Amino acid sequence: MAMTARQRARVSLYVQAGIFVVAVAALILATDWKTLTTNVFNFGKIGPMFPDIFFSGLKNTLIYTFLGFIVGLSGGLLLALMKLSSFPLYRWIATGYIEFFRGIPALLVFIAFGYGVPLAFGVQWNVAVVVMVSLGMVAAAYIAETLRAGLQAVPKGQTEAARSLGMPQWRAMVTIVIPQAFRIVLPPLTNEVILLTKDSSLIYVLGLTAAQYELTKFGRDGISSLGAGLTPLLVAGAFYLVVTIPLSLLARKFESRSARTKR
Amino acid sequence: MNDVEIHSRTQSGRVHAAGVAIKDLRKSYGSNEVLKGISLDVAPGEVVCLIGPSGSGKSTLLRCVNLLEQPNEGSIHVGGFDATDADVDIDKMRRKVGMVFQQFNLFPHLNALRNCTIAQTKVLKRPQAEADKIARANLERVGLGHLADRFPDQLSGGQQQRVAIARALSMDPELMLFDEPTSALDPETVGDVLSVMRNLAKEGMTMLVVTHEMGFAREVADRVVFMDGGVVVEEGVAEQVIGSPTQGRTKEFLRRVLDPTHIEIAE
Repeated sequence: MAMTARQRARVSLYVQAGIFVVAVAALILATDWKTLTTNVFNFGKIGPMFPDIFFSGLKNTLIYTFLGFIVGLSGGLLLALMKLSSFPLYRWIATGYIEFFRGIPALLVFIAFGYGVPLAFGVQWNVAVVVMVSLGMVAAAYIAETLRAGLQAVPKGQTEAARSLGMPQWRAMVTIVIPQAFRIVLPPLTNEVILLTKDSSLIYVLGLTAAQYELTKFGRDGISSLGAGLTPLLVAGAFYLVVTIPLSLLARKFESRSARTKR
Repeated sequence: MNDVEIHSRTQSGRVHAAGVAIKDLRKSYGSNEVLKGISLDVAPGEVVCLIGPSGSGKSTLLRCVNLLEQPNEGSIHVGGFDATDADVDIDKMRRKVGMVFQQFNLFPHLNALRNCTIAQTKVLKRPQAEADKIARANLERVGLGHLADRFPDQLSGGQQQRVAIARALSMDPELMLFDEPTSALDPETVGDVLSVMRNLAKEGMTMLVVTHEMGFAREVADRVVFMDGGVVVEEGVAEQVIGSPTQGRTKEFLRRVLDPTHIEIAE
């Protein structure tokens, strides 16, 4: 018996729902709930993580991210301006830098500055400095490309108008072009901060003291000390979401605002 | 059109006007020569309209005067400045030369008042209070004193263009360049902008205007210059060039522009 298109669609929907129910049921039956609640969802044992997760883990994650972002933003702005420069040498340096740091894993950069610098120069940087430099230098490469796109999105007439009023090139850049470019790149820049928040965890490759633990390291430490299996890592993950989801919402808000008006 | 009644100049009385002297100006983009040896003098206080078909080089010529385009050959003198001298202080020269663009180019992140003060404070180093006072006087002058707090995206095209004129005037220019100032406007706002320009001309400002508004050129311009193919084809008093042109190309152009189905006379 032939079915109409609408009937076929309804049957297909029933079949999909059926497969889903069967899959979930199979998963529930196959799961060893006792092991799972002991090793993964053992929230009864995570009490000792508080309140230190705020004052060590979360605090350090935020500090490391902030430091990396400051270096990344200033370096990124410099690189973006170099990339748009009329002087070829600046463009080559900026292009080389950006391609290099976007092309290698951030983890390698952390290792280079964490272990390489002491080997090469005999000085041991403070952990915060290692994060600031490593995260910042990688971030600068990505932020540079974002800012370059933003600077180029500001119409040429803006520079012409500013120059016609007697502003020197740098003044037109600082007063007229850069403020508009920042408004344009606010959403992608916020996403950049989200990436940095997560990448700040890479500092785990260095030996840290408890006071230097950021969220991921704090969670890993909980795995070995609390006897609750992976549970502390889930808690750390939840704390990342507490930071990243509001940032993501913020980015969306910036996006809809800039879609409404150019201001 | 009470809105655009121009109030008498509040700061310095009469305009201090500069002249322009352009000699054998040439400009090429690659192998495409856009200006093929242009000579043109504008006396202080004179209003000259540049007309001609698109691609005739009139906008390029205008943009060369404040060095938004770099000429290849020839000389331009503006006020006391030799614009084509490699050592000229471009920024200092541009302070004397106001520029009004077809697309307004207001700064969208600043309100009307700040658009008119930003260069005063950053370039002329005027104190904010003085800059505000001058900006408000000039916004008043273009009939927009009541919209000083509005941002560009809250203004109509004609209002934006008048803010752009006020912005240029706030620098106390001695010469004003207009690059097709009404071409991007809705027809009903063209008249407001033209009447601001007419009043500026009456105050004695030197004006070099690229325009397709033949009515305006005829009424306001002391002289009209017709350009085609990168050369000046014909120039003279407005009535003569527009009213009874002698050159074939001028006649042909005016016939097309003044075709009754396209005619737009503000008055």
